[in-house]
Amino acid sequence: MSQKIVVTGLGATTPLGGDVHSTWQALLAGESGISTLEQPWVELHQLPVTFAGQAKVKAKDVLSVPETKRLDPSSQFALIAAREAWEDAGKPEVDPERLSVEFATGIGGVWTLLDAYDVLKESGPRRVLPMTVPMLMPNGPAAAIGMDIAARGGVRTSVSACASSTEAIANAIARLQSGEIDVVVAGGAEAAIHPLPIAAFASMHALSRNNENPTKASRPYDTARDGFVMGEGAGALVLETESHAKARGAKIYAELVGGAVTSDAHHITAPDPEGAGAARAVIAALKQANANLEEVVHINAHATSTPVGDIAEYVALKRVFGDHLKNICFSATKSSTGHLLGGAGAIEAIFTVLALHERTAPPTINLENQDPEIPLDVVTSPRKLPDGPILAISNSFGFGGHNAVIAFRSYN
Amino acid sequence: MALSQAEVLAGLAEIVNEETGIDTSSVQLEKSFVDDLDIDSISMLTIVMNAEGKFGVTIPEDEVANLKTVGDAVSFITNAQ
Repeated sequence: MSQKIVVTGLGATTPLGGDVHSTWQALLAGESGISTLEQPWVELHQLPVTFAGQAKVKAKDVLSVPETKRLDPSSQFALIAAREAWEDAGKPEVDPERLSVEFATGIGGVWTLLDAYDVLKESGPRRVLPMTVPMLMPNGPAAAIGMDIAARGGVRTSVSACASSTEAIANAIARLQSGEIDVVVAGGAEAAIHPLPIAAFASMHALSRNNENPTKASRPYDTARDGFVMGEGAGALVLETESHAKARGAKIYAELVGGAVTSDAHHITAPDPEGAGAARAVIAALKQANANLEEVVHINAHATSTPVGDIAEYVALKRVFGDHLKNICFSATKSSTGHLLGGAGAIEAIFTVLALHERTAPPTINLENQDPEIPLDVVTSPRKLPDGPILAISNSFGFGGHNAVIAFRSYN
Repeated sequence: MALSQAEVLAGLAEIVNEETGIDTSSVQLEKSFVDDLDIDSISMLTIVMNAEGKFGVTIPEDEVANLKTVGDAVSFITNAQ
């Protein structure tokens, strides 16, 4: 028996705002969350990239001192987003054994790991903090949330680079449809604005080097795009079986109708130029949704603003949608938020859900000269979506050849 | 100059508060770390490490088990300075 799955709570902390409302308002207003990094380590290491999308609200301004001491920044963001989502869902009363967490990260506790290594080198093993391992492990964010909401139905972590949190949301579907679980908190977090990941991503020429104009640097689909911009933060969604949500009279944002994961087995970092794996993921998600291609009116694209990635996604979507592609409006919200890596899919899922719920597709900023090789209908100022039942998808792709796609339908 | 017992207690209370959130006023000499303050073993090790750094003392690993109360820790640190 197949259960409907609905979204009943949203939470986020992003470069645009410390919660969902402020993030969404800033996104609609066309703001950029990207700025120059003022930290001394930028100059100390002569980093070739000097900007990023830092969380608008610092975690230490929200959490207690012990929480900031015992949790890696990625787990701190996760906890902030999950608490907001849980509150937004009305703190559902649910049997703890029927409550799960599916929470992703792309990189994990990189700050904790590298800080601890510095301590080891400078002061020796006796100074390495005993909390180091639980803080650096990639399941740390999921575990922190699971402890906080007392989830005893399984706490899992998807790690598939920039596809991680979309994969986590997709993985929640089977759990909810198994009948073993009523509620899942799903999403992802990342806190990797640290000199080493910046140096490493720059070393592979993945990052924009537009140091002079940080707010203009993330420019998906623009001819002048030269790489992605790192962002940090987290997004969380409360997903619930429709029957459970209705029984408690919950507010419902949208229906999660499909989620699929495929892999390219093509190249460790380069997208498959034919987009076959990405196309298979879109098709599988829509099949699960029992949807026609024509029902899709809006796509929150992966669109990281890299020269090859944006085209590869277009090629994949052209394979799937053919002529209908021109009828779909696209939002590339990384233009405002930067790329939250393992948190990207989660905040973009939230944007997709809100686009359906508010019937408004958010804008893509910095699109001045659209790449003629990507002739998509890109939303550049908030756009009204049609009335009636509509469907939207959110794509995420990650190093390793990971493709993850989720589909949401408007709920009435 | 060596710190007084009261100064060590105040400094230790701050360390305990930062690690666990326990109010500094609750960190009193007769309180047991485990039974009264509900401090787990990982937090205890962290508090010991932070105390070593703050007070410039070394607390040997086999000594930690003997530090049952706040007063035990304050006495050890005061004497070891």
